[in-house]
Amino acid sequence: MKKEREARYIFNRPLEPLLYLIPFALGLLVFTVYPVVNVVIMAFKEGYRLSGNFKGVGLGNFTYVLNSADFRSAIGNTFIYVFTVVPIATVLAILIANLLNQKIKGIAIFQTAYFLPMVTSSIAVGLSWRYLFNKEFGVINYVLGLFGVDKIDWLGATAGSAPWNIVVVIIFGIWNILPFTIILLLSGLQNIDPMYYTAAKVDGANSTKIFFRITVPLLAPTIFLTMLINMISTFKVYNEIIPFWSGKAGVLGNNLYTIVYYIKELFYSKQQLGRAAAASIILFFIILCFTLIQRYIQKKTTY
Amino acid sequence: MRVKIENLTKRFGDFTAVDHFNMTFEDGQLVALLGPSGCGKSTMLNMLSGILPVTEGKIYFDEDDVTNMPPQDRGVGLVFQNYALYPHMSVLENIAFPLEIQKVPKAERKKRAMEMAALVHVEQLVDRKPSALSGGQQQRVAIARALIKSPRLLLLDEPLSNLDARLRLEMREEIRRIQVKTGVTTIFVTHDQEEAMSICDRIVLMKDGVLQQQDGPQELYDSPANLFVANFLGNPPINNLHGFIKDGAFVTRDGAVTIRYRNFPKELPEGRRVILGIRAEAAIISNNDTHDFTSVIKTRYTMGKEELAFLNLGDQEMRVYLSNEHESAPGSEASFHLRSKGVFLFDEETGARL
Repeated sequence: MKKEREARYIFNRPLEPLLYLIPFALGLLVFTVYPVVNVVIMAFKEGYRLSGNFKGVGLGNFTYVLNSADFRSAIGNTFIYVFTVVPIATVLAILIANLLNQKIKGIAIFQTAYFLPMVTSSIAVGLSWRYLFNKEFGVINYVLGLFGVDKIDWLGATAGSAPWNIVVVIIFGIWNILPFTIILLLSGLQNIDPMYYTAAKVDGANSTKIFFRITVPLLAPTIFLTMLINMISTFKVYNEIIPFWSGKAGVLGNNLYTIVYYIKELFYSKQQLGRAAAASIILFFIILCFTLIQRYIQKKTTY
Repeated sequence: MRVKIENLTKRFGDFTAVDHFNMTFEDGQLVALLGPSGCGKSTMLNMLSGILPVTEGKIYFDEDDVTNMPPQDRGVGLVFQNYALYPHMSVLENIAFPLEIQKVPKAERKKRAMEMAALVHVEQLVDRKPSALSGGQQQRVAIARALIKSPRLLLLDEPLSNLDARLRLEMREEIRRIQVKTGVTTIFVTHDQEEAMSICDRIVLMKDGVLQQQDGPQELYDSPANLFVANFLGNPPINNLHGFIKDGAFVTRDGAVTIRYRNFPKELPEGRRVILGIRAEAAIISNNDTHDFTSVIKTRYTMGKEELAFLNLGDQEMRVYLSNEHESAPGSEASFHLRSKGVFLFDEETGARL
């Protein structure tokens, strides 16, 4: 009876449920749908300015961006960044998560320490990293010096040391995504039934064997998930560039262009909104491609 | 392989899970560790496998003292309650995994795993992942994996508890078949007395970490050492009648019924408080003048080939089997004989057999 009455109630006022959806739908519309649609439209408007004026419609923005040397170097840098940061961070995170999954005293202290980067601002930390990487009085060069390594000009005061710039950003990037990756992997590890370890131990497997033959395969779904999320986020690398050269992309100002940095340059500094939108869409498709590849691999490895 | 346990004790903090256990498992036998949950039977199994360290006492495999030996050196095959098959490996890889660890060459590994798969009848399924198997098939794979390294001792932890009733019947016979075929000394843990009775050479009955009795299934059933053993084995459960001894006969506690029984032990102290255990099949309707007791039939339930009747004995009740031909209606009085098997006297206080 009651159900029936409820059903009739909704039936008689078909618009009422919609009313409740409006606040959320409105937010979605204004802050997600509209910008996305607008970016797509903008990308096809040549010479688009903030005022709304544009010269014509076509693929001009895309050809410009794709032919731009800066954009190509941005893609190169971004790929180097993604394909070093993600694998290295994943491997490190698996090892650290495994250590944090042990039953040892004071484990909470270690866990907190490893998760600290998550709750700190990457820009603020990056600023202090600038001093760690300082050539003359940085801690890192000091420590390397103890092992007889010559001083490295990480942040590059000269053009010749510019290649070191990306190494700094990569190390910082790894440090940045590590805690999140560890958290996910740790929860993945804790979901593995300990009986698998017991079973393997009874069969005589040592800890290395157990790690590679049991732990890692069972953790694979989580590993793929973190790699996917990390890949998407690292393709959008931008924050990690900012602190080291006072907002510039590397010591030369353009040697560390990343895709997002390039977009930001076009958008804010050069006010070329259409071209920036086109670059955004290219980035979107790059990320989409890799996400699909990743999903394909992941599907093949699930059990 | 013969397994000998001496004074085996396991304590978790203040709790004693296994208490000074002494016994010997003979070579080639299938033995059930039986008992209610929490009686320490799984703890016992884990100590035998080496997963759990021993608090006190010794374990010998034949002449070897294995008390402090790590699991992998003991040569035991272990089947886990929920099988613990590695979900990312195929059935064949699962079975071959112990050999993989022993670094057996791939070709031989595969050959031996296939033989094992054939032994447990899963040779058609070797390429599947465990998630694509039924519970019974997973069980078979788990047994194959435990057996592939030719263990000296096979341990199964509640092997049938995750299966439905039909599969349980099938698998318990399978376990017996595989055990007989391989001849491996096998110990399995169960709380199901029927399971233990049906396939085992011997049953070890435990309660609160203490050995109650160990013997062949029939011996255990026919000659329980105490009230707990008598109550634990048999379905329907044995009748417990509270009462006392008077003139060498048993009188129910309210004095309503007197039961005379030729096999009662002599020289029972007058007035001693006892529990009379009578199995449901041990009382039969008497067709002549002689009888051991009379009682009123309260209700009757048909069980197919026979009927189960509830009798009133004063303020107590008793289950007995009646044949279908017997026509006494509920409410009528009937007289009963007691058979020479299935009637026991226990001390009311200690539960010890008299």
